Amino acid sequence: MQTIYILWLRQLKRYFRSKARIVGSLGQPILFLVALGFGLNPIYQKAGGGSYIQFLTPGIIAMGIIFTALFSGIEIIWDRQFGFLKETLVAPTSRLKIMTGRTLGGATVAAFQGILVLLLSFLLGFRPESLLLSPLSFIFIFLIALLFTGIGTAIGSVLKDMQGFQLIMNFLVMPLFFLSGALFPLQNLPKGLAVAVRINPLSYGVDGLRGSLTGINSAQFGLSTDIIVLTVLTGTVLVIGAYFFSKIEI
Amino acid sequence: MIEVLNLTKKFNGFVAVDKISFDVKKGEIFAFLGPNGAGKTTTVKILTTLLHPTDGKITINGHDVAENPYEVRCSFGIVFQDPSLDDELTAYENMEFHGILYKVPKKIRRERIEQLLRFVDLWDRKDDLVKKFSGGMKRRLEVARGLIHHPKILFLDEPTLGLDPQTRNHIWNYIKELSRQEGMTIFFTTHYMEEAERIAQKIAIIDHGKIVARGTPMELKRQTNTASLEEAFLAITGSTIRKEEASQLDRMRMHRRFRR
Repeated sequence: MQTIYILWLRQLKRYFRSKARIVGSLGQPILFLVALGFGLNPIYQKAGGGSYIQFLTPGIIAMGIIFTALFSGIEIIWDRQFGFLKETLVAPTSRLKIMTGRTLGGATVAAFQGILVLLLSFLLGFRPESLLLSPLSFIFIFLIALLFTGIGTAIGSVLKDMQGFQLIMNFLVMPLFFLSGALFPLQNLPKGLAVAVRINPLSYGVDGLRGSLTGINSAQFGLSTDIIVLTVLTGTVLVIGAYFFSKIEI
Repeated sequence: MIEVLNLTKKFNGFVAVDKISFDVKKGEIFAFLGPNGAGKTTTVKILTTLLHPTDGKITINGHDVAENPYEVRCSFGIVFQDPSLDDELTAYENMEFHGILYKVPKKIRRERIEQLLRFVDLWDRKDDLVKKFSGGMKRRLEVARGLIHHPKILFLDEPTLGLDPQTRNHIWNYIKELSRQEGMTIFFTTHYMEEAERIAQKIAIIDHGKIVARGTPMELKRQTNTASLEEAFLAITGSTIRKEEASQLDRMRMHRRFRR
């Protein structure tokens, strides 16, 4: 148990020790929020959608989470040859414990990042709709963080060097983000796009965030569907990640 | 302490290690030498439970490596060729994490950390982040770290690669002193032949996956009628340069040098 704790703690220490990195990784979400939020707001309002900043914020919170989460998993590629991970692979501890501590730590850090984005969005005019439902958003934030840390862990355990990283970013992470309804509403989408959104696990996370933050009716799939689907998918990804992690050879 | 019997390792048909046998007695300082690509690293990885052998029986501290990897891992400490410290943690934190991983009880852990850090002259830097340490300091820290759980064996893979003579001298002094004090067995690989000659009590040379020579430095020199271990080594393994391919690890190392 202590093993899991110290691996979790390690991820946190590494994150909080680099103030520059924290600020830097908040740059992109804030930029999106400001540029798209204020930029597209007039048209969105005109089309009858209400405030675009209200609509966009849950999607951008997701954005703040997924890159950090993914990266802490991908770090494995480096860590296992030149870092602490190699130490742990030779120690008399089960790999499962190591992976659990690491994943929980990475997810905590990514979730924290998401919460920071949420707080910053208040400065830009975002207001949560229902104080009762809002705490639910923390669950969604953490689930999304776990999901993507799991994906990162699975990929990091399989890839042998950083070369595949660009491929992963452009053909996996970006599509997952852009096709999740983070940036656009899910009503009346063209058929292909609608299907893509449906099968994207992140869509349920964003939808759930939206439901808990901007009113229950803004959740297209329904909050209960969101939680169930997200939990099942996250659990599956974590199992897959654990399997690949156990197969790491130095 | 270490008994290797007919160890074989094949990778997709390629025989990296071919039925080698050797043993290392308790308290011995043993050098495992060989040209690049000889099967040295593979053997060390198998001994340290990082790889499974294709065939053969290996016993470390009385435990079979394939059947009881847990007990084997409790019995040894290792200093890798590439540093495996966490750069963004302090020296003290790195030591503490290791102690927790190896389930050393808190009080003993704290005592040993202080004792070992003082031993390698790093106690006054204990709260500094490791990324600020020089290569020599990192290596000293790794040696200290590997000893927290008082292992019976210390594996060192090219421990003094890239270090200046003062640091090299210091590190070997620490290691020899520990070996003497604790009766610890030392198993190391190196390309620095004068070091092996000076420090090792017993040597095995591996080439093309087979053990081609075995004995004390003196015996090997006598066998080949040479004046130094380096010459003996070249006589035994030949002076042609080996065909090598850069592995993924080599490429990553190069990246690392540019990043840092």
